[in-house]
Amino acid sequence: MENVNFIYDLLGKNFIAIILVISLPLMFVLVYALAAILAELKVSAWIQERLGPMRTGPWGILQPIAEVVKLIQKEDITPDKANKPLYNLAPFIIFTGAYAAFAVIPFSEYFVPAGINLGLFYVFAVGSISAIGLVMGGWASNNKYSLMGAMRSVAQLISYEIPAAMAILSIVVLASTMNMQEINKLQSGWFWNWFIFGGPGSITKIWVIPFTIGLSLIYFISSLAETNRVPFDIPEGESELVAGFHTEYSGMKFAMFFFAEYANMFIVAAILATIFLGGWNSPFDTFMQGPIWGAFWFISKAFSVVFVQIWLRWTLPRFRVDQLMYVGWKVLLPISFVCFLAVSLFVMLK
Amino acid sequence: MSEKKRLDLEYSQLESDRMRINVGPQHPSTHGVLRLEVEIEGEIVTEVVPHLGYLHRSFEKHCEKMTYPQIIPYIDRIDYIAAMNNEWPYVMAMEKLMGIQIPEKVEFIRVIMAELNRIANHQIAVATFGLDAGAFTPFLFFFRDREYIIWILEKMSGARLLYNYFRIGGLAGDVYPGFKEDCLNIVKQVRKTNAEVMDLLIYNRIFIQRTANVGILPADVAINYACSGPVLRGSGVKYDLRKDETYSIYNRFDFDIPVGTGEVGTLGDCWDRNMVRVNEMEQSCRIIEQAIAQMPDEGDVQSAIPKRIKPPVGEVYMRAENPKGDLGFYIVSNGTDKPERVKARGTSFVNLSVIPEISKGYMFADLILILGSIDIVLGEVDR
Repeated sequence: MENVNFIYDLLGKNFIAIILVISLPLMFVLVYALAAILAELKVSAWIQERLGPMRTGPWGILQPIAEVVKLIQKEDITPDKANKPLYNLAPFIIFTGAYAAFAVIPFSEYFVPAGINLGLFYVFAVGSISAIGLVMGGWASNNKYSLMGAMRSVAQLISYEIPAAMAILSIVVLASTMNMQEINKLQSGWFWNWFIFGGPGSITKIWVIPFTIGLSLIYFISSLAETNRVPFDIPEGESELVAGFHTEYSGMKFAMFFFAEYANMFIVAAILATIFLGGWNSPFDTFMQGPIWGAFWFISKAFSVVFVQIWLRWTLPRFRVDQLMYVGWKVLLPISFVCFLAVSLFVMLK
Repeated sequence: MSEKKRLDLEYSQLESDRMRINVGPQHPSTHGVLRLEVEIEGEIVTEVVPHLGYLHRSFEKHCEKMTYPQIIPYIDRIDYIAAMNNEWPYVMAMEKLMGIQIPEKVEFIRVIMAELNRIANHQIAVATFGLDAGAFTPFLFFFRDREYIIWILEKMSGARLLYNYFRIGGLAGDVYPGFKEDCLNIVKQVRKTNAEVMDLLIYNRIFIQRTANVGILPADVAINYACSGPVLRGSGVKYDLRKDETYSIYNRFDFDIPVGTGEVGTLGDCWDRNMVRVNEMEQSCRIIEQAIAQMPDEGDVQSAIPKRIKPPVGEVYMRAENPKGDLGFYIVSNGTDKPERVKARGTSFVNLSVIPEISKGYMFADLILILGSIDIVLGEVDR
């Protein structure tokens, strides 16, 4: 299958076009991160009956820019006894892991940076790079809290990757492809063709719908744990571990962690939107369907998921580390296996 | 010996599977400048040693150099979250020593002030306990309401936190016009927020999992450690000085003493201690409503204040139910206008001593919750 990419269509596959294709998601990440920080500030304020930032710009919309400027100005402190190379490298590795995953995210029918056939596999592979960064940062800081935070976060990442992978594997069984663009194309048409509702097919698919909805919930919960969001923010649980693995970081390095967290939030939201919610497809058949509208639908679906993540963060308390493991291994994993079996059975019978 | 070599020697002597960490004094959830030396094995706490004294201000020694009315502002600074309640046992002790009969209106205003401040204190306690568990939103709900209470206390005394409002034999000032309406509005608001927080936090499934069966304090241990206040009542002991050793006019009001029930876990766990505080807010609301209804409009709040405060030679001990437990003052008078000795029984100090006993064997994250459920104020621990 030929991958459609509007930049290559316009400019041909030359050096400049490749640079453009690479930098487009980066620009998107930066703008998105600012928007997400503002959303976090404002949504938390509305949940708590506050106004949120109101001074910088109209209704405080320039607040994230002010915060980034502040972080750039801050002194960049490296602790005396830190392992300097690892300490300085860790934030960049984490951000690289988050940013690399953007390579296969289909933003629109005509734009996916790299439409490789093992797209979903690739996302999982690079998603785990951030675990290395977390351990590096936590260990190199030479701080007991950082070390504990790093240990916890790696344990958490590994145990929650399994249910998430099972959820995605089930959809791969349904779609029989790992190419994210292909998965999107399968879901075109009305919203009942989305994989959250069993994917395209006749009315006989009705009994598989509860399982696919369950899978989407499992993926969402696991993705919260993978991005260290409440109620699974144990690696950086401020009441216990001060700030977890990034306790010692300041200035721009801290900002990198911050950006990586928000980029990761978008990645998992984008995967959820792509494989369960139809990606760039309009919910209403051909209504508002098209390449530009596709980007609109995709980004708004992903943003809705990000909104739910923010919403949960300001509503729920935090799990304890053993309860987190319990939920991961004894609740989500068996349920995801059951759903996987059900979906496989459905595909065999079809 | 070089730095490197010395470190190697130290590391070789350490046990490899246990880690000693310092929680505080700059840790975000020690509720002040407390330092806990914690030994953990993986995530399990094996030993806790609290280190005190970072906020020591030598309160008792200062008192010996000051006249009796000058001591009152210092007493505010003991438990700065419930300053009105702090002043009360001191002025009661002085009134007992000097044999002053105080007007009825003063008693009513004192009761209302103390109960308002009790609500404010419990709001902070429950809010920060939720914060320790990771729930941020109830924290701000409670702080919004507390602001309204602070406004009333500010209108009465002129200060937001350290009131200096009680006087020996009276009060600094009378109530302002519209005081009763303000109080009744507060009561309504407190109940509304409590109902909201019940759903959002107290009966939240994750919150129950975190706090039930954690930090269990059996009644006999609580009594042995002389715990008081919600910490003791959370273990199911029905002990409240307002009922058991009635002072002021508390015998005129109809209210209950909430105790821990072990509703979602074991009796005396963190959830119970927290729930006692939530229920006590409701009881304080009831007391305020009754006091507002019965309060006389006429009366001079300063008529019984003596011109010269020079108590006779003697000693007196008086205690009252502070939001955190019973706070007592032991005053020795030598016949001059300055006390020979003032000794304060700090509630938080006594309650804190139970931490090493009840936090062993729980996870590190639980230790923070146990500390939060004890509800300490370091100003009162160190004095």
